[in-house]
Amino acid sequence: MDTAALLIIEVLNGIASLALACAGLAIIFGMMRVINFAHGEFMMLGAYTTVVCTKTLGINIWISMLIISPIIVGIIGIIVERTFIRFFYGRMIDTLIATWGLSLLLIGIVTAIFGNIIEGVSAPMGSFEVGVYNVSQYRMVLIGIVILLFIGVFMVLTRTKLGLIARGTMQNPAQASVLGISTQRVYMVTFAVGAALTGLAGGLLAPISQVIPTAGAAYVAQTFITVITGGTGAVTGTLVASGVFGTVRQLLSYEFTPVLGGVGLLIVAVVMLRLLPQGITGKIFRRSL
Amino acid sequence: MFDITRRGLLKGTAGTAASLVAAGLAASPKAFADDDEIVIASIFDQSGGLDIYGTPMTQTCELAVEEINAAGGLLGKKIRLIKYDPQSNMELYAQYAQEAALKERVDLVHGAITSASREVIRPILRRFQTLLWYSVIYEGGVCDINNFVSGVTAVQWVKPMADYGFKTHGKRCYYIGADYNAPQIIGKWTEKFAGEQGAEVLTKDFFPLDVAEFGPAIAKIQEAKPDWLSTCLVGAAHTGFYRQWYAAGMLNEIPIVSVTFGVGNEHVQLSAEEGNGIVSAQPYFQELQLPANVDFVKRYQERFGDDAQYLNSVGIGGYLGTMLWSLGVKAAGSIEREDVIAALRSGDIAWDGPAGHMVVDPVTNHVIQDMHMAECQNQTWNIFESYSQLYPSDVIDRCDLTKDPDMNAHLEPII
Repeated sequence: MDTAALLIIEVLNGIASLALACAGLAIIFGMMRVINFAHGEFMMLGAYTTVVCTKTLGINIWISMLIISPIIVGIIGIIVERTFIRFFYGRMIDTLIATWGLSLLLIGIVTAIFGNIIEGVSAPMGSFEVGVYNVSQYRMVLIGIVILLFIGVFMVLTRTKLGLIARGTMQNPAQASVLGISTQRVYMVTFAVGAALTGLAGGLLAPISQVIPTAGAAYVAQTFITVITGGTGAVTGTLVASGVFGTVRQLLSYEFTPVLGGVGLLIVAVVMLRLLPQGITGKIFRRSL
Repeated sequence: MFDITRRGLLKGTAGTAASLVAAGLAASPKAFADDDEIVIASIFDQSGGLDIYGTPMTQTCELAVEEINAAGGLLGKKIRLIKYDPQSNMELYAQYAQEAALKERVDLVHGAITSASREVIRPILRRFQTLLWYSVIYEGGVCDINNFVSGVTAVQWVKPMADYGFKTHGKRCYYIGADYNAPQIIGKWTEKFAGEQGAEVLTKDFFPLDVAEFGPAIAKIQEAKPDWLSTCLVGAAHTGFYRQWYAAGMLNEIPIVSVTFGVGNEHVQLSAEEGNGIVSAQPYFQELQLPANVDFVKRYQERFGDDAQYLNSVGIGGYLGTMLWSLGVKAAGSIEREDVIAALRSGDIAWDGPAGHMVVDPVTNHVIQDMHMAECQNQTWNIFESYSQLYPSDVIDRCDLTKDPDMNAHLEPII
């Protein structure tokens, strides 16, 4: 019984951390169709922001993770969008190469500043007991934060004028501009929001992972696979795909090894894309976001 | 995008070939060393994933050379050190070992960090008759007259920890390690030592070096309820384990006796509370209160200033190996490889350095040395037990270089 509870918490954890890592990409790639290969590096920047704020500047860890990391990475997102992403809209392959270069550049800059050494912060809060087992409280809070985050993104996109404008612009930029909307500005803001969410993910995951300049590489493949499998409805699709992949990965990792967990994730992704080439939301939940 | 024409291709190829030839010509006149110097090479990764180990090793190797030269050199000659950086890349190891042996004709290659990289360069240097010194703590088992090892072996290093764990914490141990040859072989040794104690290793789990998410692993360990946990985790990503273990509140629930904690300076990279109470055994700690060590740490910090790192049992290797080799050269009175090997294997090469008394053993080409058990508290190591002059007896049943000098193997434990 205790073991089952522990396992369920582990699975929820796996889903939450995958969905969190994907949230920003769901906006930038899922909605805007910008292949941002520097996604992992945006997370890395968010993590470094949290580390610097808490360790060097002595700021409260929650403020660092939840507020400062997204703001800093959001600002970096605006700069990146203005200086070169905007010249690549609609040119997928070119964007891929340009953002790959950006990712190498960011790794280089961070290595030059901090050195190729591990940084990190301890997780706030202690642990609690599930029967005879111990579970980190922080991981439970993380699950809650991810649920709130996705509800928030969903509400903004469906219930606000801002969300309506953003969705309209992504679907039909020409029509949107005819209606007097500055599409350039909408793209910029949307990209910044995506970057900020990615920075938030980096900050929140910093206490439970290692923080090094190359940390982003571990996230790129799995986040892209998840968002692609999610399909056109970026938010719902990403959530559903995270649910499937997170469950498969955690259960296989628990039963066998993390290697098989990773392999299992890929096999499920291949099978799902074969059966649902348009992604999950291309077939089911078609009217979702 | 890329217009490939026949003419363009020919031009390009000719240009490349010409520049290669030019580079070869430019390099060749420098092939032989001056007679008034002894040339040695260090091959330690100073960039890439392993730089946390290779950078201090190169520094301490450099310091050893500078100190020998300041004291008048070897056989009246100055030592010149060529520092190669293989960038954590196996192909570069092979390339630099060949370059050191054939082009620079060095008298010693001091190098390799992982066992995998050592097994890349060991056959090359044996073939080209260039002496190899390996100075990293490792799983043991190298049996090669051309290769001296000042790093400790499983019997010297892992056995004291296994004995301590089984005696202090209990008979049921859970082993986790990185997924490559050294941690796997150390896992086998741990099982062997468990058998000798009538204890058991419940499970051995291995993780690729890029795994950073240990949630399922921690759940699995909790479920197995071992008396203690033995860790042989390696590299930056695996540091996350200790962080997640602490976050899960496990640090005081299941004690950790770690083979590798600290050798990548994990104890200073993690916060104090994340590392408190973790026990490890190493042949060297910067905290060792030997006069020779206190003095050495001061010299090292003065020499490298802000670049000086916390010295651990891996980082010090560059110094220990180079100094022991220099004693062999002095005793031989010659720099010829056969003479140096014979002198090093005489059984008379003994030295009191920063890591205490060290004796080169002629049977195994390894080094008899001390071992210290320490507990991590507030990011420093408190040594609570020391073992004097442990003998590297790991594979002595199968490896005796005095009887069989042609032996050339990397042996594993028989369980």
